[in-house]
Amino acid sequence: MTEFELNGTVISSDSADDTPLLWVIRDELKLKGTKFGCGIGQCGACTVHLNGVAIRSCSTPLAAAAGQKITTIEGLTTPVGDALKQAWVDAQVPQCGYCQSGQIMQAATLLEANPAPSDDEITTHMNGNLCRCMSYVRIRKAINAAAPGEQEVGE
Amino acid sequence: MSIAKQRSAVTRRTFIAGSAGTGLVMGLGAVLPGCSREEAAQEIVADGASRSFSPSVWFAIDSSGAVNVNIAKAEMGQHVGTALARIVADELGAAWDSVSLTHVDSDPKWGYMVTGGSWSVFTSFTALSQAGATGRTVLADAGAKLLGVDAADVTVANGSVSAGDQSVTFADIVQRGDISRTFTDEEVAAMPVKTAADRTLIGRDVAAKDIPEKSRGEAVYGLDVERPGMVYAHPLLPPTRYGSVVTAVDDSAAKEIPGYLQTLTIDDPSGFTTGQAMVVADNYPAAMKAAKAVAVTWEAGETATVSEADLHAEGARLAADAAAGTLYIDDGDVTAALNSASATLTSTYRTATALHFTLEPQNALVEWVDGRCHIHAGNQWQSLILPVLAGALGVAETDIVIHQYYLGGGFGRRLFGDQMIPAAIAARELGKPVKLVFERADDSRMDCVRSPSLARFVASFDSADDLTAVDHAVTAGWPTKSMAPGFLGDGLNDSGKFDPFSINGADHWYTFPAHRVRAINNELAQSTFLPGWLRAVGPGWINWGNECFMDELAVRANVDAIDFRLTKLDAAGKNAGSTPNSVGGASRLAAVLRDVRERSPWGQALPDGEGLGVATAFGQERNMPTWTACVAHVVVDGDQVRVKKIWQTIDCGTVIHPDGAMAQAEGATLWGISLALHEGTQFVEGQVADTNLDTYSPLRMADVPELDITFVDSTEFPMGLGEPPLIAVAPAIGNAVFAATGKRIRDLPIRLAS
Repeated sequence: MTEFELNGTVISSDSADDTPLLWVIRDELKLKGTKFGCGIGQCGACTVHLNGVAIRSCSTPLAAAAGQKITTIEGLTTPVGDALKQAWVDAQVPQCGYCQSGQIMQAATLLEANPAPSDDEITTHMNGNLCRCMSYVRIRKAINAAAPGEQEVGE
Repeated sequence: MSIAKQRSAVTRRTFIAGSAGTGLVMGLGAVLPGCSREEAAQEIVADGASRSFSPSVWFAIDSSGAVNVNIAKAEMGQHVGTALARIVADELGAAWDSVSLTHVDSDPKWGYMVTGGSWSVFTSFTALSQAGATGRTVLADAGAKLLGVDAADVTVANGSVSAGDQSVTFADIVQRGDISRTFTDEEVAAMPVKTAADRTLIGRDVAAKDIPEKSRGEAVYGLDVERPGMVYAHPLLPPTRYGSVVTAVDDSAAKEIPGYLQTLTIDDPSGFTTGQAMVVADNYPAAMKAAKAVAVTWEAGETATVSEADLHAEGARLAADAAAGTLYIDDGDVTAALNSASATLTSTYRTATALHFTLEPQNALVEWVDGRCHIHAGNQWQSLILPVLAGALGVAETDIVIHQYYLGGGFGRRLFGDQMIPAAIAARELGKPVKLVFERADDSRMDCVRSPSLARFVASFDSADDLTAVDHAVTAGWPTKSMAPGFLGDGLNDSGKFDPFSINGADHWYTFPAHRVRAINNELAQSTFLPGWLRAVGPGWINWGNECFMDELAVRANVDAIDFRLTKLDAAGKNAGSTPNSVGGASRLAAVLRDVRERSPWGQALPDGEGLGVATAFGQERNMPTWTACVAHVVVDGDQVRVKKIWQTIDCGTVIHPDGAMAQAEGATLWGISLALHEGTQFVEGQVADTNLDTYSPLRMADVPELDITFVDSTEFPMGLGEPPLIAVAPAIGNAVFAATGKRIRDLPIRLAS
């Protein structure tokens, strides 16, 4: 049995240690906001946070989550998370929307570390997240809009 | 032709009235096969447990004044529900905040169900406008009675009927008004729809209704659906799309895997999925693991050794065979022009196999309940797969229900619901719900890919070196032939059938002295894989050759590429256009071309290694022209091509949802770049060689250039938009590479290293 903290609540799973975390989150714990895309960690639709770091849950074994804190789109309720979700609506980012949970989870780790990223920094950070509808222009715009900005550094 | 068929199904409707316990309820039922007036009336009455007003199957107003619009189109990123509901709400005079959407299942009452071809607004606009206007008329009359004024003196806006300083809300009218009326087809068709100047919602910006839940991880896609007691299934795909036979299954190793249940072989009478096997497990990770452990032996079908080179060689053979194919255009005497030519120019353009790569992999959850087959999966063409399913399963179409969800990408892949077939067969065999989920590599191998294509152009010139004719032969696998043969068209002079979706685009709006087009089916492609409709479909690859060859002709004539095109866009003869869809004809294409010339640095000097290229497009079909002109600015560094900026001017007539339109144009433009530079695979031993992102590389954020896209302000009838902005991009890039390097590119994707 593997215990970990999911969106602030300790949960346990009886799945095998090598079970991809994605399926534990989606099918055992019924949080469907995290998506299955490529299965090899190269599209980013399955992005969640492990202790605040963006990881690809499709290629992360359950064992890696043992005793750790996992956050999914449903649990992303930080000020940065809320700002990103609102910015996604304001900039009318999603088209089909399937990749967008992963995009937001990936973007959140950028803004937590860098409150005023440049366009190049955004691109570098987000380049591993595929949007098949190619809503990239608006993803970048929304991240810029959600960025708290330099003035908040040190607050 | 194809549009006319579905449009008639949508617009054949009539008003009906029925009496329910709580008062009169009125409905406008679509009169469709299997759905009589009486049945439609009962349906509406049954739905209206409390009093409601539903002057159309497409919307209802409840006693609180809330307007629900039924959306029979798939939502796959185009915010189609918002656009369609804006049309209804504008005519109705509804308050936008009171409008909600329901994505409906495949009940016959919705008529012919397809979401593709960039048709949704184009084919729905008239019917939805009339439905809204009919509702407004009834509400105005009933509201006027309640106010004690003449109906001619009221205005209907923002959810209320007003006269002077008094008003009643839609809620008041539904609760207290006389909303029982009947209209004939003719009366509905004659309903006074608003002029463009009177519209309050169409053409105004609005937030799409599907976006908030898609921004919170709350949107539900087919992959997210579960049913109690379901098991998971994972496909085991044969070595060829057709003709493979399972000869042995050894699952002894899989039996060690906890959760593994069994392996099924699929006998699909439709032939689309036969030869497949399927691992069944009580959870998906076990199914994935077992899929690797089960050893299936197949006797491979005949196409097990076919390569991309074989497919192109067959295309080249066919294009060079003057007797091959179906005559599609035969204007003037091309043969005479060729025979008397002083010179000719022959060029061959090719495109490689391309994948849909919807980010949500193919999946279907099927549950049989009391002999009825319930399918849970996002789908674009319910009316296409329903009869296929009925045939494969041996049940009536009316015993199959496809429940709709958001589509994690459509792009034409979900026009065919072939994955539903094995899931339905398995669910019936096992007596429990089966959720079939494809892993990415299997999704790619089962994809109905964009066929590799080859087009051969021969231009002839007279002794003055003036163009006298263009002969164009187009070869590819034809999606419509395999999946929807009823939509094949008839060629000229009894020359056979053609796939309109594999030749649209060759019938361009340039006036040539003589012009001949043959549509040729590549039968090797047809037998090796299931050709599919990929976003922009025929024009998406046919225009690659068209517009690059136009550039070759301009270069040969030593005329500026835009000036050259403008001389051919004379809007004469068949290119004059007609009401209501192509008013202005080629002159509107000339107008967007002039506009993009003005807005881009066309004609200005650029640094070495940089170039500008131009191309035009007219959308998916001549009868639904979205006039588009594109200029691409590329930088060529060694064998690397980078797009620096794209300008597009788009005239799609009336724009319903401007921000949604821009989103589609942005995405489609980037798709055009992606297919020009980043995507493409090849057949190796009968299958696509690239099946995942390790080798198949759609455009990423780092590849996004500056985009400068403009829509023409127009009140003409609305055309399609999801695909057209893609079409001119690749040839504009190819032509820009020529401008930068002097190297003419004729193969897509563009690869300078050879």
